[in-house]
Amino acid sequence: MSAGNIESVFRAEAGRALATLIRLVGDFEYAEDALQDAFAVALARWPVDGIPHNARAWLVEVGRRKAIDRIRRRTSWLHKQHELQAEATIKAHAPVGDAEEQVVADDMLRLIFTCCHPALNMEAQVALTLRAVCGLSTGEIARAFLVGEETMAQRLVRAKAKIRTAKIPYETPDASMLGDRIDGVLATIYLVFTEGYAPTTGHELLRRDLSREAIRLGRLLLQLMPEQAAVQGLLALMLLHDARRDARATAGGDLIRLEDQDRGLWDRAQIAEGAALVEQALRTRGAPSPYAVQAAIAALHAQAKSYLETDWRQIAGLYDVLLRLQPSPVIALNHAAAVSMVDGPQAALNLVDSLGAREKLDGYHLLPAVRADLLVRLDRKDEARVAYREAIALARLEPEQRWLQRRLDALG
Amino acid sequence: MQYLLMIYSNDAEYAARPQAEVAQTMAEYGAFTQGIIQNGNYKGGERLRPASMATTVRVRDGKTLTTDGPFAETREQLGGYYLIDAKNLDEATAIAARIPGARYGCVEVRPIWAMGEA
Repeated sequence: MSAGNIESVFRAEAGRALATLIRLVGDFEYAEDALQDAFAVALARWPVDGIPHNARAWLVEVGRRKAIDRIRRRTSWLHKQHELQAEATIKAHAPVGDAEEQVVADDMLRLIFTCCHPALNMEAQVALTLRAVCGLSTGEIARAFLVGEETMAQRLVRAKAKIRTAKIPYETPDASMLGDRIDGVLATIYLVFTEGYAPTTGHELLRRDLSREAIRLGRLLLQLMPEQAAVQGLLALMLLHDARRDARATAGGDLIRLEDQDRGLWDRAQIAEGAALVEQALRTRGAPSPYAVQAAIAALHAQAKSYLETDWRQIAGLYDVLLRLQPSPVIALNHAAAVSMVDGPQAALNLVDSLGAREKLDGYHLLPAVRADLLVRLDRKDEARVAYREAIALARLEPEQRWLQRRLDALG
Repeated sequence: MQYLLMIYSNDAEYAARPQAEVAQTMAEYGAFTQGIIQNGNYKGGERLRPASMATTVRVRDGKTLTTDGPFAETREQLGGYYLIDAKNLDEATAIAARIPGARYGCVEVRPIWAMGEA
């Protein structure tokens, strides 16, 4: 029985064990402490006795008993009544044993909805989800988000204090709120994914773990809510983007554009899984989820033999749908880029220029960057140079600056 | 669990609204208040005179300092409140969202810190 084995059992069971303990104990922090106690007992016992047949049930039962011990120890005259109530609550719940899968799934959903509650700010939602649902340590989360461990610990403490004092419910929202709340959960998961996917220098490896955690969360959520098209759409989108990961940057961290990527490096199995999910998501009636539409675009790219042999007409149409669902300058620029492949660079340049005139996009580097690319294709090199310089001055990420600089240099 | 719902709005904009609109809002407040009384959520609530009618009091070194106006000049001012009983934050925010003032200004939802609670 190696320590590594035990660690991986903890990691796999932490989220579900905590979810069940919160229901039994009725308090997020008590439950977390109780689970840590249970882990400590396991570390002492499992190397001798072996890992129990149902490790999660074992952890929950030990945690439950530890929670009662802790409450008794903490009891002071001031809190006596509250603590006795808490103890009664824990005792009232039967020991779990081999809990039904459905009960565990419900616990897990409640935990996810609590961690992603809109009354918590986005940073707190992300931190709490990674800590409680994914079982990452505070230190791991701090390193992944490039903040100090102390800062991350305080963020978590504050979030848990708000859950308790403002009484954020430990519940799956009712039907009237469910749609909005699922959107909130998906936004949190997607933020975790993009944090891991954004090509910033240095902590590439840690960030990669974040993308994996986001995909794991997406899979878990889909398992819990298999009928939700938006969940299918988000998981598909993440799988399809992630499938291209090995091809999208050089060893030195420089970005490689889609048209220059080695398609042989794309993960075909993951693309197939993502594409199948997109189809499911788009078959659902009603307005499609923006994630599903983005995923459909990613699927068309992923399944194309080459950049030129891509179904640009359909991609342009999907961006048009996306623009109506979720108007944004990024989507408008992507739409224009797709249009350039169907109707030529001049048609696209007209779209980009009218977008620039219509909306206040000062300081947004992608607008001059896309303009520059189109101007190059129209052989208007002087104007392209000006636009590239403007884009370089506005770009914030170093790999993006380097990529734009290379484009500018290539013009001679 | 008790929450204080604090209704903030811009006094000047509120005062400039046409008479018919104000009357309509007042009727909506009446209906809303009746609704939460019937549901057992209502614990109290009042409308406040505008912030220009406020007086702020401080005691420093045993001396009382009285000044004209609210303690902070902000764009939106506290215009009224409800004290409610709700089973959790979701119920409290759902009630807050039904307050007519939420459509003009905003409603801050604060849990009451009960006496003796840690």
